[in-house]
Amino acid sequence: MTNCKNAGVSKRFMYVNRRAPHGAIYALECLELVLVTAAFDQDQCLVFMDDGVFLLKKNQDPAAIGAKNFSLTYRALGDYDVEKIYVEKESLQARGLTEADLLIPVTVVSSKELGEIMHAQDVVIGA
Amino acid sequence: MSRLLHIVSRGPVDGDALAACLRMARPGDAVLLIEDAVCAALAGAETAARIAERTEDLTLYALDADIVARGLADQPLIGAIERVDYAGFVDLVTACDTTQSW
Repeated sequence: MTNCKNAGVSKRFMYVNRRAPHGAIYALECLELVLVTAAFDQDQCLVFMDDGVFLLKKNQDPAAIGAKNFSLTYRALGDYDVEKIYVEKESLQARGLTEADLLIPVTVVSSKELGEIMHAQDVVIGA
Repeated sequence: MSRLLHIVSRGPVDGDALAACLRMARPGDAVLLIEDAVCAALAGAETAARIAERTEDLTLYALDADIVARGLADQPLIGAIERVDYAGFVDLVTACDTTQSW
């Protein structure tokens, strides 16, 4: 396509998750967007901060509230070569959680570090 | 004095409904955390302090199904919070004069 001047250009995308799971559709939609976008070879990273850190909490079982346990789908991110997964240290600490409570390997970063990573992106999408 | 049941469902990102609820709740009222608001029930959370201030004059509850859904059953909860099932939810609604959904 000659009229698509950006063809083949890779951009840096960041997806910022800030809400707890199951109460709203944001996080699931965000995860699906990440998996779709992965097919286009873009440079992607995911961020979990504020109540968004609960999205990665182990032992979720939403059967009784009629929701799908999409937390297990985060395990597939590695298969899609989405390996930059950042969790804000301050958000974990504020909720009494540690990295051991999370269901996938993540990179725990400070607020300051996360702010710098955010500045290095081309596109930041909040969820 | 009438007893009000405050039902809090949203997390802090969506307007911090819990803070508004605790500001309005009068002694004797009941507060039930459901949906994303159950995350505030964790004893290890920084927000636990503001709930702890009200454990003497309010009765506090959290919906069990929402705790289990979010993987929080393996975390210590604030001691004064009683876990209730859906039947307990209904009992609370009938036991209180009015409900307010935050």
